[in-house]
Amino acid sequence: MKKNLAVEPGSTKKVKTGDWRIFVPIIDHDKCIACGTCARVCPEGCVFAVGDQALQGKVFYEKDLDYCKGCGICAEECPVKCIKMELEEK
Amino acid sequence: MKNCLEGSNAVALMVNMCRPAVVSAYPITPQTHIVEDLSKFKSDGSATFEFVRADSEFAAASIVLGSSASGVRSYTATSSQGLLLMTEVVFTIAGMRLPVVMTVANRAVSGPINIWNDQQDAMTVRDSGWIMLFAETNQEAADLHISAFKIAELTRIPVMVNMDGFVLTHTYEPVEMPSAEMVKKYLPEYKPAAGQFLDTSDPKSLGTFATPEDYIDIRKDLFDDLASSKTVIKKEFISFKKYFGRGGGLVEYYGDKNAKTVFVSMGSVIGTIKDTVDELNEQGEKAAVVKVKCFRPFPVDEIVKVLNKAKNIAVIDKSVSLGQQGILALELKAAMQGASKVNITSVVAGLGGRDITRKDLHKVYIQVQKIGKKVLFLN
Repeated sequence: MKKNLAVEPGSTKKVKTGDWRIFVPIIDHDKCIACGTCARVCPEGCVFAVGDQALQGKVFYEKDLDYCKGCGICAEECPVKCIKMELEEK
Repeated sequence: MKNCLEGSNAVALMVNMCRPAVVSAYPITPQTHIVEDLSKFKSDGSATFEFVRADSEFAAASIVLGSSASGVRSYTATSSQGLLLMTEVVFTIAGMRLPVVMTVANRAVSGPINIWNDQQDAMTVRDSGWIMLFAETNQEAADLHISAFKIAELTRIPVMVNMDGFVLTHTYEPVEMPSAEMVKKYLPEYKPAAGQFLDTSDPKSLGTFATPEDYIDIRKDLFDDLASSKTVIKKEFISFKKYFGRGGGLVEYYGDKNAKTVFVSMGSVIGTIKDTVDELNEQGEKAAVVKVKCFRPFPVDEIVKVLNKAKNIAVIDKSVSLGQQGILALELKAAMQGASKVNITSVVAGLGGRDITRKDLHKVYIQVQKIGKKVLFLN
């Protein structure tokens, strides 16, 4: 047995799985109403509020591309359709 | 001292002496008396393992997967449809390199519904990465369990001990049982490799995801290790014989040393074939039988060695790869390819519990000497 099959815990955090992605979500912060739906529906938990408030007093949402697999659920569920899935050039 | 024991009972007694920490089983059909007896030992207070009743065979296999991953000796038994329901987990146990030992009371699979003996169940999961041993008698079935735990824990490959359903499991035979002390001395406590099991004080993840980058390498590791486990099994059979005074090799030859027509088979039918071979030899025929005790890893060299003088081989299979031939026959053909120009006939017999009689085997002996049919069904 050459490969060690027992791995250290926390590997899901260490192993970046974002490279599976074909489409990448682009958030239009001008159209965003800061409802937080995208963060709630993200199956990877990689959409989150950045905390900084924009000029309009809204909270920005961003995504962690290290883990985003480009499923597009955020774009589908966004009530104002401010998330666009764009083909990612690698 | 020999006791007259039912096959299942003998195995249960032996498994208890091997001191597993966890036994899990689904308690109704298609189960055997093995786990019924084990649960009785537990309730009588004569067993130390934890007995976990499962809600299906799938769950039973998953439970022993989990307990084995936590670094303790684990055991389960199943049969027929139960093994098929376990299939997914059976592959995972081998893939995760967990030394689980499982008895399979070989029985036919549906459909039609049938509860009698053949070996289709085990042969269907032959590619799962388990070491597969086949017992001829109750004695051998019981003995193989001690070796099974030893081999599994040394190689980190699970071992499946196969014994013919009903023909062995429900039949009484004289069986020599060792004392618990003897077994304890021979089979030490199981100590999993450091850092290779689930432990709250040293957390690890087992059974993780592998991308194309690693998957084929891990499978190749298992392929190589299963192939080289043959050496470990051979050594174990020798040391078992030394210690307990009985047992044999991966492959056993019986009959005329220069036999021209040789039967090859596995399991309890070997007994009937030995009687037939005796009768044939008495009539002046040059007949013999080769018993394949270890089916995975397949002992190619050992088989080629004992069959190099044979002209005709009748492979008696209690299973069939539908659309092809008997499964053991295919293995034999693959093994003998390039090694010998022997004429190999696949004989599919005994499916769903149909008796294989000496009379049948005498007919087979004559038929396989005429080159013709590739597959002969005894029906």
